[in-house]
Amino acid sequence: MIHTEKLARRFVAKKKVVEAVKGIDIDVASGELVAFLGPNGAGKSTTLRMLTTLLPPTSGTAIVAGRSIVTDPAGVRARLGYVGQGSSAGYSFRLLDELMAQGRFYGLNSSDALARTRQLVTSLDLTGLELRRVSTLSGGQKRRLDIALGLMNEPDLLFLDEPSTGMDPHNRANLWEHISRLRAERNTTIVLTTHYLEEADAQSERVLVIDNGMIIADDTATHLKATLAGDRISVTVPSHSGGRAAGVLGELGDQVSTQPLGAEMQVSARFDQGSRLLPGLLHRLREEGVEVRGADLRLPTLDDVFLSLTGRSLREESGVSA
Amino acid sequence: MTTLVSDTRAVFLREMSLVLRDPFSIIFSLVQPLVFLGLFGPLLAGSVDPAVLHGQSPLQWFLPGVIVMICLFGTSTAGANLLFEISLGSYERVLASPIRRSSILIGRSLKELAPLVVQAALITVVAIPFGYTLYPVHVLAGLLLLGVFGVGMGAFSNSLAIAARKKEWMFWAVQQSLLFPLLILSGMMLPLQAGPEWMQMVARFNPLTYIVDAERALFSGTFADPSIAWAVLAAVLTCAVGLWVGIGQVRRSTT
Repeated sequence: MIHTEKLARRFVAKKKVVEAVKGIDIDVASGELVAFLGPNGAGKSTTLRMLTTLLPPTSGTAIVAGRSIVTDPAGVRARLGYVGQGSSAGYSFRLLDELMAQGRFYGLNSSDALARTRQLVTSLDLTGLELRRVSTLSGGQKRRLDIALGLMNEPDLLFLDEPSTGMDPHNRANLWEHISRLRAERNTTIVLTTHYLEEADAQSERVLVIDNGMIIADDTATHLKATLAGDRISVTVPSHSGGRAAGVLGELGDQVSTQPLGAEMQVSARFDQGSRLLPGLLHRLREEGVEVRGADLRLPTLDDVFLSLTGRSLREESGVSA
Repeated sequence: MTTLVSDTRAVFLREMSLVLRDPFSIIFSLVQPLVFLGLFGPLLAGSVDPAVLHGQSPLQWFLPGVIVMICLFGTSTAGANLLFEISLGSYERVLASPIRRSSILIGRSLKELAPLVVQAALITVVAIPFGYTLYPVHVLAGLLLLGVFGVGMGAFSNSLAIAARKKEWMFWAVQQSLLFPLLILSGMMLPLQAGPEWMQMVARFNPLTYIVDAERALFSGTFADPSIAWAVLAAVLTCAVGLWVGIGQVRRSTT
């Protein structure tokens, strides 16, 4: 569905050249749900905007839904759906008018546009809101309308640029219910960017980690976490035993860190298969005469994956949340 | 298979839905030209040289000026709506659809012009009992000329909105700075013959001057005035350059 070759985009701002995307190669198969993950400014949205032809690439090329973004951008646009970060619907328009207009933008005549509008209104729980102005809709209703607008042309490929940003957990769950149903019904290929790590983890089949304009990891969330992040074991010990505890944890794991907690110290390290190692580790600490006052095993997150890949935390860099 | 016409129609219908759903804006837009005519007409009646009127009613001179002014005000502010849509994100959705870039500009400009036809018809009908002589074919030709010019002005306004999208105040600063010199230096509301020579000289470089002169000729029932040929040239050039600049701006608008 998507194939890119050395896709790159450079910006010049105040005589300074910024390489926003540095020649990335991506392949997305039909029916996949792929998430772009990375901090602000990593190149996620720039990549998405190139793939949707909103932004021409500086070099490289991409075939999206069978058409070239360089030689046939209008052909690409006719075949995909796009839901941007902002509100897709005009603030002062009525919901029905915006959906009808979107139908006409995709070449539908008035009766076909109306029939498609009715389908979308029903499937996205917007019934009864047809004559309401967009400005009077709730955040969740607006976002569902955005999705409906993106689906007007029944695309095989849908791009979602941070679809649930700013939504409360209930509306976010509701939105994903609709997206999941769409995939089940139409096998739609979905490419999304998200700030929500747990969302990328739970919803996507593949995660493309992007940093400084380059794809630095491309795999399933499960495999990325297992191979790149590992489990994290933390033990709380008296401060004077911190050094010995760190030594023991360092024997079996890596990325050892310490954090003072008053008269105690928390010592953490990364382990492969931490749940299996934990009993033995506690035994070794006792053998070393370390009094363990608390122990914690934490399964890895995509933030740990990013930390492992770049040495930086996504949460801290972007202020991202779960 | 879409065409430029079907794409433009799609944009026009979307924009018009906003107008048609708001009865207050329709009422206000119809009353506004009557206010202009009612207040400006008596005030300026004595200031027009009778030689300019050729024995006709002063309304024959004022009415086309008012209609050109409505056109100028409407199309020059077309970009304000676009600026609003850019800031909210809905413009991006339009760009992500397959419609032609030129249709975005033409459709949006035509939306500003559509009420003009109704406004012009209304004030023309209202002016008849006060001495205005109606020449329907000439008036239609005048509106067509304004339509071509208005699409160009609208395209310029939308281009300005895109250029100023990161500094919204810039749109209004430039629009206001250009609007009034264009208006005054066209002889739209006050005859330039009464002004200094330098003003008359500068007015010759204002495309709107030719439009105003031609509209006055047409609304007075003549096709023979040489100003009409110049006005057609000015309107076509304004439209072509406006669309050329505008399409370039639309293509750059997401960078």
